[in-house]
Amino acid sequence: MSNGAVILQNISKSYKTVKALTEINVSIAKGELFGFIGPDGAGKTTLFRILTTLLNPDSGTATVEGFDTVKNYKSIRNIAGYMPGRFSLYQDLTVEENLSFFASIYNTTIEENYHLIADIYKHIEPFKHRKAGKLSGGMKQKLALSCALIHKPEVLFLDEPTTGVDAVSRMEFWEMLKKLRSQGITILVSTPYMDEAALCDRVALMQNGHVMTIDTPNAIINAFPVKIYAVRSNRMFHLLNDLQSIPETEAVYRFGDVVHYLSHSKTFDPLSITRHLDSLSHTEITVNQSVPTIEDSFMLYMRKSDKFNISQHDN
Amino acid sequence: MTTERPKVIEVKHLVKKFGNFVANDNLTFDVKQGEIFGFLGANGAGKTTAIKILCGLQSPTSGEIKVAGFDVYRQTNLIKRNIGYMSQKFSLYEDLSVSQNFEFYGGIYGLSRKQIKERTSYFLEKLELTNEANKILKEIPLGWKQKLAFSVAILHHPKIVFLDEPTGGVDPVTRRQFWEMIYEAANEGITIFVTTHYMDEAEYCERVSIMVDGRIEALDTPAMLKQQYGASSMNEVFLRLARAQSAEQ
Repeated sequence: MSNGAVILQNISKSYKTVKALTEINVSIAKGELFGFIGPDGAGKTTLFRILTTLLNPDSGTATVEGFDTVKNYKSIRNIAGYMPGRFSLYQDLTVEENLSFFASIYNTTIEENYHLIADIYKHIEPFKHRKAGKLSGGMKQKLALSCALIHKPEVLFLDEPTTGVDAVSRMEFWEMLKKLRSQGITILVSTPYMDEAALCDRVALMQNGHVMTIDTPNAIINAFPVKIYAVRSNRMFHLLNDLQSIPETEAVYRFGDVVHYLSHSKTFDPLSITRHLDSLSHTEITVNQSVPTIEDSFMLYMRKSDKFNISQHDN
Repeated sequence: MTTERPKVIEVKHLVKKFGNFVANDNLTFDVKQGEIFGFLGANGAGKTTAIKILCGLQSPTSGEIKVAGFDVYRQTNLIKRNIGYMSQKFSLYEDLSVSQNFEFYGGIYGLSRKQIKERTSYFLEKLELTNEANKILKEIPLGWKQKLAFSVAILHHPKIVFLDEPTGGVDPVTRRQFWEMIYEAANEGITIFVTTHYMDEAEYCERVSIMVDGRIEALDTPAMLKQQYGASSMNEVFLRLARAQSAEQ
């Protein structure tokens, strides 16, 4: 534990009456691509602000490369790269001016570390004389990442880099992260998109200021305690309600073009789904066992405990 | 099974140019009453421009466009009265209470005191928020805010409601509850025009259009689109269309 690149021990933080973080314990290894997965209000941004020394925790300790976030904040600022959730570059400086500004405040130059950002920066270099405010969303994202990398950080903090970004740009962004990881940089990334968890080495699922679980995406999926059945019929609109009325039902919810059905009974026979729907005059019924996803796991953890579930109404 | 429903959005040859840049390049499509219509596209594909035109906030360069039966060139005020709008960013007033937000929007849409009262208690009961009616919005958890914002957007029972990324950043349970509300509204005859970056939500739509570079490249039911592109999910369909575009550039 002690040789982790980033270590959080019992970190808590409140804003007035709101508990933003409750006793967070995480240890992230050097070179790891680690994801904090959760919706708005989970506490991701507060966590990143504490780790980047912009905010002090109420209690607990956190270290980055061995430096304490409160006592040694100056050392952390030299070795951390941070891309905040909101676009925070200078809109009225050009692309190149923004980059050289960030290089110079860290006493380096674009030339010195160009190799680090080359893959990313070459996409926007043709527009280097354009003002940052005039860039498209995808290009802003690439510039912000270049600026966070230009001083060769040991740890990179990316707070929701893909929020509001379309599926194609999101995929391209994750390809860039994989390349960075192969250069040995420790990367912490937060995202509300559950499908992005699969692209991380390990993830923490966060909700309402709590870490619900920490593990590799595969281990989280393998730990899913019950079978999931993907159900379809000719009456998709009625399917949710009609499946609810099966006595062994644990949970029923839409999942893309199917409905996921979970039973709490260990001896559950999926044929009983077909029989039940048949009796309610559904046709074209298909019931297939389905592999759980991180989103299925996330909802399971939310259901398990009220403290994770701020929207509390279950249906 | 499908009786012909009236068209509530009719778009013929919509073109919108900003200088030399063509943001909407000859769009033609219809949306029917009570339909859940997914309006997808990559960032910068031209969705926002088209939505602004359909909401009567911007004039097209050319084309014949009717929304809720009204002309987008001359009858923009009538359009605004007959639509609802909700986005992830702008929704409700944070320092008003829950019921004050209903009152405010009800007033804007010209509902009577009595109507506002009835509709407010209907939605509060449905959301099981009756006890929170006097809470300031700031104190309401995000997931509920989104559901409240949707209720406010359909308070005046509009013909069409435009939802611009309504579920961004929302947890997976609330996201599904939100879609149940969408289904209910559609069932009551309200047409839903929705954009999203969650591709599983594209599957929840009756029909989906995908914009690429100012044009509508595909428009059909999710099932037909998947068949047409030999894809197993809408995510795959989307990536294939939008990726082909970025490879061209």
